Amino acid sequence: MRTLIAFPVLILAVILQSAVISRITLLAGCADLMLVILAAWALQTDIDASWQWAFLGGILVSFVSRMPWLVVLGGYLGTVTLAHLLRGRLWQAPVLAMFGVIFVGTMFMNVGAYVVLQFLSYSLTLNDALGLIVLPSLLLNLLFALPVYAIMRDLAHWVYPAQEVE
Amino acid sequence: MRDFLNRSLRTTIVFLVAGGILMLALGGYLSSASRGITGAFVAVQTWFSTRYNAIQDFLSAPRDIATLRQRNAELEAEVSRLQGQVIELQQQVRETQILAALVDFSRANPESTYKGAAVIGRDPSLFLHYVIINRGSSDGILRGMPVVTNQGLVGRVDAVIANAARVQLITDPASAVNVRLQNAEADAVLVGSVTGDLSLDMLAQDATVEVGDVVLTSGLGGGYPPDLIVGQVLNVRKLDVELFQRAAVQPAVDFARLQIVLVITNFRPVDIQPLIPTTSP
Repeated sequence: MRTLIAFPVLILAVILQSAVISRITLLAGCADLMLVILAAWALQTDIDASWQWAFLGGILVSFVSRMPWLVVLGGYLGTVTLAHLLRGRLWQAPVLAMFGVIFVGTMFMNVGAYVVLQFLSYSLTLNDALGLIVLPSLLLNLLFALPVYAIMRDLAHWVYPAQEVE
Repeated sequence: MRDFLNRSLRTTIVFLVAGGILMLALGGYLSSASRGITGAFVAVQTWFSTRYNAIQDFLSAPRDIATLRQRNAELEAEVSRLQGQVIELQQQVRETQILAALVDFSRANPESTYKGAAVIGRDPSLFLHYVIINRGSSDGILRGMPVVTNQGLVGRVDAVIANAARVQLITDPASAVNVRLQNAEADAVLVGSVTGDLSLDMLAQDATVEVGDVVLTSGLGGGYPPDLIVGQVLNVRKLDVELFQRAAVQPAVDFARLQIVLVITNFRPVDIQPLIPTTSP
């Protein structure tokens, strides 16, 4: 039943992403709120539903976006996988792990999108994609990382109170 | 008897002196003296009055401060409410201006029928340029319908659900619009880019293109109706070694501030794909 909290949270995230965050741009890049939320959730200790969260988040974003759903879903699942890998190793420095996951997840997602769109004959230049989109969005994602991590930690403690460690 | 006379005399003298002084005062002969006396009197009274007011303020201050604070809080709340009202009204005025411009546009182009829609979101993907509007198939919106504003062409409907639709902007990297230059009478293809910049491709080398030329849809290909304003030529790049000229285009529509759009509902795009000859083995 606790997994059901993913529905309101992720639906709200998609709405916010589409209506607000996508309009806050730096050069041509903007933050990926869903990716940041999924990374922050997956880094919470004793949370076992992050795969379902990633799957649901990917489906929701694919529903709104024209981007091929495999790119979105693969990007989010890859990010959550990385977060799971780091969660056990960097458990004493969760903020560092958060930044690491955001950095690698953003690059993984955007490079994947770039490659797939190139195959689909989109006219994209690497310099523009890197300088105007990927790096600015990476910066914005990193800016969102700390507040989102704090919110998701509180949410995790609220949803899983018995397993709270502190 | 003698005492009575003395008292009457004294009284008379006093009355005479007082009456004389009064006469002199009324005649204005004692003004300087009376000014000095009244001045001193007023100064003393002012001193007493000031001290009294200060003491009264000191004694009643706590009650007044509490009242003032309460009043200040009320006024601040009122100011906040009014500021919110002003922002709301400014937003309504802006929307009314946009709607008025769109109504003017639809009246000036009566050959098309329009359905107004608000832009409620953007594609979360960084590489693609799509917006989401709050009209869908239940409002008669179909895939392929062109989307415009009073300023010019916005794009076309890419996907539709019951209450919403996704619109591909002409700035999208996958967008290609057949256009013509109004002055040069030359055809070209308008393509978008990942940064949102527009450029003209397939522009013949012998076409005379100048900065400021207006770019309109040509209607070729059946994807868009003809003569919709797209933008203006920003600069031209013509190299003899290349097959075509290239030109950057300044879009007529401000895509960053897209709020309300019009969907042309009586236009059906033509799929010419089956008519394009393919190389048979």
